[in-house]
Amino acid sequence: MELLSGADMIARFLKDEGVEYIYGYPGGAALHIYDALFRQDSVKHILVRHEQAATHAADGYARASGKPGVVLVTSGPGATNAVTGIATAYMDSIPMVVLCGQVASHLIGEDAFQETDIVGVTRPIVKHSFSIRHPSEIPEVLKKAFYLASTGRPGPVVVDIPKDMTAPTERYEYVYPKKVKLRSYNPVTRGHTGQIKKAVELMLKAKRPVFYTGGGVVTGKASEGLTDLVKRLGFPITTTLMGIGAYPQSDRQSLGWLGMHGSYESNMAMHHADLIIAIGARFDDRVTNNTSKFCPTAKIIHVDVDPSSISKTVRADVPIVGPADSVISEMISLVQGHPIAHPEALAEWWEKIDGWRADRHGKLYEPSKPGEMLKSQEVVEALCRVTRGEAYVTTDVGQHQMFAAQYYKFEKPNRLITSGGLGTMGFGFPAAMGIKQNFPDDDVVCVTGEGSFQMMMQELSTCKQYGVGVKILNLNNASLGMVRQWQDLNYKSRHAHSYMESLPDFHMLIEAYGFTAITVTTQDELEPALERAFANKHELVFLDVKVDPFEHVYPMQVPLGSMRDMLLSKTERT
Amino acid sequence: MRHIISILLENEPGALSRVVGLFSQRNFNIETLNVAPTEDPSLSRLTVTTVGDDRVIEQITKHLNKLIDVVKLVDLTEGNHIERELMLVKVKALGAARDEVKRTVDIFRAQIVDVTPSLYTVQITGDAAKLDAFLQAMAPVGILEVARTGVSGIARGDKVLSL
Repeated sequence: MELLSGADMIARFLKDEGVEYIYGYPGGAALHIYDALFRQDSVKHILVRHEQAATHAADGYARASGKPGVVLVTSGPGATNAVTGIATAYMDSIPMVVLCGQVASHLIGEDAFQETDIVGVTRPIVKHSFSIRHPSEIPEVLKKAFYLASTGRPGPVVVDIPKDMTAPTERYEYVYPKKVKLRSYNPVTRGHTGQIKKAVELMLKAKRPVFYTGGGVVTGKASEGLTDLVKRLGFPITTTLMGIGAYPQSDRQSLGWLGMHGSYESNMAMHHADLIIAIGARFDDRVTNNTSKFCPTAKIIHVDVDPSSISKTVRADVPIVGPADSVISEMISLVQGHPIAHPEALAEWWEKIDGWRADRHGKLYEPSKPGEMLKSQEVVEALCRVTRGEAYVTTDVGQHQMFAAQYYKFEKPNRLITSGGLGTMGFGFPAAMGIKQNFPDDDVVCVTGEGSFQMMMQELSTCKQYGVGVKILNLNNASLGMVRQWQDLNYKSRHAHSYMESLPDFHMLIEAYGFTAITVTTQDELEPALERAFANKHELVFLDVKVDPFEHVYPMQVPLGSMRDMLLSKTERT
Repeated sequence: MRHIISILLENEPGALSRVVGLFSQRNFNIETLNVAPTEDPSLSRLTVTTVGDDRVIEQITKHLNKLIDVVKLVDLTEGNHIERELMLVKVKALGAARDEVKRTVDIFRAQIVDVTPSLYTVQITGDAAKLDAFLQAMAPVGILEVARTGVSGIARGDKVLSL
């Protein structure tokens, strides 16, 4: 029998749970835990410079590795600073465990120094939360937290730990709980066979089918099965922003991604489809546009592990509650040996889709001419060439995010790492940091803008401390591009607070931290600069690329319209 | 349509706030709420009445089921059920009205549980409509105070909500 203090139990549990990294920032209420971490060397703690960065780094780590990200913060401001990152993980269903120090039990409710009811504050943005009430509960509560965070529809779990629960003087028996049971939580492990049969019947009979898949396929580790199923059927597939890479984008059957800034052919195909096969996607408003005009002629099959996602915004004709991987493999076995009923209709459908593709081919944007400012789009295309489409690409939020998703071609899941649901500016850089630590030999690049980057640029200091060799591609248009675009479209170009006066000299800023910065203004400079930046995998390089501030992201769905109602450029619309 | 949803909830601190929070967070509405421990001290039973179309009620039950602290739930209005609410009312009882109040109490099969020279305290149980009707009948006499428990309910017949 082993007697450990609460703090030592936490450190030991993390080791036994196989946690490699935790991201955090110390403070009064968490000091016993920090002392316990100091006295061990299996779990590596990464000291960030702001707690929000800890959550984003853990989030990036979780997305790239598939394992839960772990965060440790102190009470009060430490915990509240983590809130944005918790909400980000919640919206994108990312497994994360956030350990928050809390003031000692006897002080709770007395407005003690650095006291916040963090369980209350985070209640709407967590999958679940716990408060430790006795040190002896720690192993079991932590096991539950990890179990809940990483099973079913994953999500963040907060564990609130009053300081006296971790006191070094009180010791209790520690046993690592191998299993845990919650009587009220039994995530589904497979879909209803009858429903899956019904779905497959519809699929085989469809004339104009489209697969529409989302982040659930990526987090559910179902991309291989999905690719197999889609190839067998020969159907077109479009993914959400969160689902990018679940199916190789270079394949002919891939239409790219859909929605507000999705590809023309994706949105056209969705609108005209007679069958939508939605897997691990949630019919988000950035996808559906006006739900009353959404896919007017389509029957909808909706597979999701979370029953509350089904028929939430768009009514499903065949709902299937189950994890993507098992439902897909069941679909494959039912499809096997059964040819589709209308191959000629499918061929016609493809003709139509290829026609839409040809319509827009080469008209996506106007590349810059010599002497003109670079376009963000061509910078992302160059990035894709130089990194051979193999990098982990994180983004912040805005125009650069859409350009990165549109012009980088992703062949694998988890390669585009972006805050899709919450749309958190400041996400990209710390997320890249978390990924790079897990995949030190891969290229990890944060595509950002000068607005977003400034929200989390203090993490340059963290990268310096741990030698994190991420690349930062700053698409610097000296304005909040997406805000500006909306102001151009909806507010007669009144640019209220969407431009940035007094931007720092990024070159000097980066050098102040001892890193390399390269400023790019012309086409000739672009590829050599990228080559130089990616030459050394272990060195942080910042590319400050001055890009055209007048560029808009297109296509762009017309508000309140259907899927096919799109602006295609500043002068064309469907 | 009005629905009565009964929930078996972990009897844990914060569990109730998760349920209540869910309603405001997702823009669902709560008409009445009633909660107390069950014969199993680890469980509370919570009954909520809410109004919404089928789509909204489906979302409410799905989201409630998703809460880790919710062990089981049933929409009682989906089948035959018994619905009861208890109300305590203080009404003016002066002069001729004193007899009138007593008669009305008898008609509603309510009980007078406390008396002063100027008022009666009435206890009445029944479904929400009956309680509303009683209040309407008492209104001309003068209602001084009302305390209602909110609806509690149980399915008729063999159906049981338990673990």
